[in-house]
Amino acid sequence: MKIIALLKRVPDTEAKILINPEGTGIKEDGIKFVINPYDEYAVEEALRLKEKTGGDGKVTVVCMGPEESTELIRTALAMGADDAVHVCDAALAKPDAFVSAAVLAKVAKDEGFDIIFCGKQAIDDDMAQVHSIMAEMLDVPQVNVAVAFEIAADRARATIRRRIEGGDERVETSLPAVISCEKGLNEPRYASLPGIMKAKKKEIRRKTLADLGFPGVPGEARSRITRWFPLPKSGGVKMVQADEPRDAAKELVRLLREEAKVI
Amino acid sequence: MANDILVFGEVRGGVLKKMTKELIGAARLLAGAGGGSVDALVIGAGAGAAAEGVRNFGLRKITVADDEPLHSYSTEGYAKVLADVVTRDKPSYVLLGATAMGRDLGPRVAARIDGVMFSDCVDVRVDGGQCVARRPVYSGKVYVELVRAGERPNVITVRPNNMPPAVATGGSTPVVAHSSGVTREMVRALVAGIIPLEGGRPDVTEADVIVSGGRAMKDKANFKMLEELADLLGGAVGASRAAVDSGFAPHPIQVGQTGKIVNPKLYVACGISGAIQHLAGMRTSKVIVAINKDPNAPIFERATYGIVGDLFEVVPLLTEELKKVL
Repeated sequence: MKIIALLKRVPDTEAKILINPEGTGIKEDGIKFVINPYDEYAVEEALRLKEKTGGDGKVTVVCMGPEESTELIRTALAMGADDAVHVCDAALAKPDAFVSAAVLAKVAKDEGFDIIFCGKQAIDDDMAQVHSIMAEMLDVPQVNVAVAFEIAADRARATIRRRIEGGDERVETSLPAVISCEKGLNEPRYASLPGIMKAKKKEIRRKTLADLGFPGVPGEARSRITRWFPLPKSGGVKMVQADEPRDAAKELVRLLREEAKVI
Repeated sequence: MANDILVFGEVRGGVLKKMTKELIGAARLLAGAGGGSVDALVIGAGAGAAAEGVRNFGLRKITVADDEPLHSYSTEGYAKVLADVVTRDKPSYVLLGATAMGRDLGPRVAARIDGVMFSDCVDVRVDGGQCVARRPVYSGKVYVELVRAGERPNVITVRPNNMPPAVATGGSTPVVAHSSGVTREMVRALVAGIIPLEGGRPDVTEADVIVSGGRAMKDKANFKMLEELADLLGGAVGASRAAVDSGFAPHPIQVGQTGKIVNPKLYVACGISGAIQHLAGMRTSKVIVAINKDPNAPIFERATYGIVGDLFEVVPLLTEELKKVL
């Protein structure tokens, strides 16, 4: 099977995010960047599917992002992916979601695929939309927020558990399809030392927009950010103090009822 | 300039989601200034009966699609209905809840109608005739405001518990039946069943009260204590990533950047230090109570009320004291 795993470079979850002095984005210096955590589940699920289905199966990592994404692509290759396409073009520095989707759809079409795994969202802009827009552009079904994935014996269908409020939906889909992954789907493996050595020899195909056949950025920006701002400061904490813990508990109950009026 | 608005009324188990009223409230704001109209679209099994709940909210019309192939949710089936109604009525804005269904459907519809997509907004308002939407990025560590560029129809998903719900204004909105033309063959990915979460408590994303435990809970069995408090308040039990990664709690209840983003009226953090990735998931809760042994724990910087103390002592006492007054 031809399996694609999408990968994005994002700030680490523990990173402190501050707005730049121009107010046009975030301060990037000093931030540690990592593979989008949800994309790690996508890479892992792609590898497991290849291992299960065997034959001439192949996992291709597809990443759109700056130069620095290369080391993260190498990590995915060290986990066991076969090769990678890295779309790297200065014109894609701050792409619109529809532009990202168009570029990724073109790569997927060029590579060919039976299935595309990706994260349920990237933890930077948190839009959770590029992959669904891409699925529509590719005219394939999508199943979002997968916590379990099982391929059918004929490899033409799959059953997915997708997380919803208060439970899971069991979704049956035909393939090809786009599946977005949620934590809990699997436990991503670490790259082994032999894996890291092998990854050095694996091919990362760098592509510009021109290489993909686009005369320029495919499409204009459909939205505009007018303002960046930090979360308003909280009003400050009221510490509930008492000599006896029971008195503190009693006072807290009173505050919740009479002052905050939430219970 | 008039903005016509379409509200998607989500039906789960034959019941219209509570947040539909929040969407109607948001739609009125967007339509109000220019005298635009607000329509609703309700899809699924029991959609007709569910729509009755919002017939007295001053909507222009409610379109109902409930033919058999729509009785189970499918992205493709529902996206077709939404896209067809948008093509027919040409609203400027389409509002959906940022729920599992809305977040799946929104971008697909936006792509199908060649529109614009704003995800997971916490506020919408009108400025110069345009919708200005506010949304968290980097898991709420910072926020942005954005507007559409041009006149493409704009699909917006709005997070539950953020916009004030609309109140009924009386009257009786006409209901229009819509024959969807969706067939089983058209739908390549279909929901074949629903597996409910164990425990029977509300989901953390929908609960008004959440009692959460961190690494300091020490053991899975100790969550019983939080369950008791949560049940007393009709709430949900949550957990920090540290607690989930330690195996004390399952991932579906994890609150934080790699878990659920929650916005309850009351969030009780028990033995949670307040790592930035946890705060990102719960910092917009209306009232936050922190119970922690460490007076310097960062959770106190975000809390409304704090108690420095041993959670194993404080939580049972809190439950006892609550029982006396509830």
